Amino acid sequence: MSTELPFLVELLVSALILAGAGFAVIGALGLARMPDFYMRVHLPTAGTTLGVGCTLSASVIYFSFSLQTLSVHEFLISMFLFITAPVSSHMMAKVALHTGVKFVDHTQGRPWPSRTQRPSRDNSQILSDWQTRDRKETE
Amino acid sequence: MSEGPTVRIPTEPRDPLWFRLLPHPLISLVILVAWLVLDGNLTPANILLGGFLAWLLPRITRRFWRHPVHIRSWPKLVRFAVIVIWDIVIANLQAIRLLLKSPQDLQPAFFVVHLELTNPIAITVLANTITLTPGTVSADLSSRQERLLVHGLHVPDVEATIALIKARYEAPLKEIF
Amino acid sequence: MLRFAVIVAMLLFTVSLLLNLYRMVRGPDLVDRILTLDSLYVNAIAIIILLGIFLGSTLFFEAAMLIAMMGFVGTVAVCKYVLRGNIIE
Repeated sequence: MSTELPFLVELLVSALILAGAGFAVIGALGLARMPDFYMRVHLPTAGTTLGVGCTLSASVIYFSFSLQTLSVHEFLISMFLFITAPVSSHMMAKVALHTGVKFVDHTQGRPWPSRTQRPSRDNSQILSDWQTRDRKETE
Repeated sequence: MSEGPTVRIPTEPRDPLWFRLLPHPLISLVILVAWLVLDGNLTPANILLGGFLAWLLPRITRRFWRHPVHIRSWPKLVRFAVIVIWDIVIANLQAIRLLLKSPQDLQPAFFVVHLELTNPIAITVLANTITLTPGTVSADLSSRQERLLVHGLHVPDVEATIALIKARYEAPLKEIF
Repeated sequence: MLRFAVIVAMLLFTVSLLLNLYRMVRGPDLVDRILTLDSLYVNAIAIIILLGIFLGSTLFFEAAMLIAMMGFVGTVAVCKYVLRGNIIE
């Protein structure tokens, strides 16, 4: 924080940082407010990834100007996050479907014809249930 | 991998020499670029080490890459990437406007997209694209890889959303892979 | 100005961490907790990057990179475990 930056660069970096933090807070607020899991799983991809993306771009600009060399480490981190975020969201949605997490009543459509809504149960039961189902499928 | 010996190793004797040395040129390129970016300097020794890793790692892990990545049209891939990035930004702003409304006003929906794609990598890219554009998350793929279950955060018109996904993302992917 | 912006942004990220923590304590399902853990590590990356800007040091990138990789692998491993009962098949 010692080097002097041009005013416009400093303004841009500050704006990006604040925008990123704002996106993250809105995403987390949605995470706390949404009524069911399937609606919550949208929010990390929406709010947090964009928030971190903004913060990382701010960091690229800041270090490129303060160190006078192009700093590209952050691009690697944001590329990595953009590739992995949908994979983990997909995995979590799949886990929720397979363990029978409830969704709100005004949801249109139903998951698959074979797997209709089941009451949410405690986790040990879900695990043993899925292990027996896996065994049946492989036989 | 449970298949063990039945895995087809994609280096046959009739393949050209460069293909036997570098069975996955795209993966090698990504490894080399990631190595150079991580290390941050472009000295010859570093490029040599990165090149060695780019040759070695795909070779060690080649039995995991049973479907070699083959891109038919680079310009279309670039165009697709630009469209997706633009959509991510726009859809993010829309999703944030949705979040500020009351959650009770949202109309969530499950819907099924019948896939025309057959290439596993193309299906992966489509599912990731659907999830990355906020407001839709791909939740499950049917066991024969022909239907994709998607959950939407706010879907007033289900048919229109399915048509949009098919026209905007699936049609270009069919031409790319 | 930048110093002020970084401090405000760190406060906002802390608020978002606390909201995530609330959801993690509330649950109600196992997947909700996996989701909040996933979201927590992404927020932690942002805070580490902000700390790097605040202190003017590039030493923090490696930490952020490692957290990104380990967090993703952790999320997928837990999901896989709940789905299939084991991780490496």
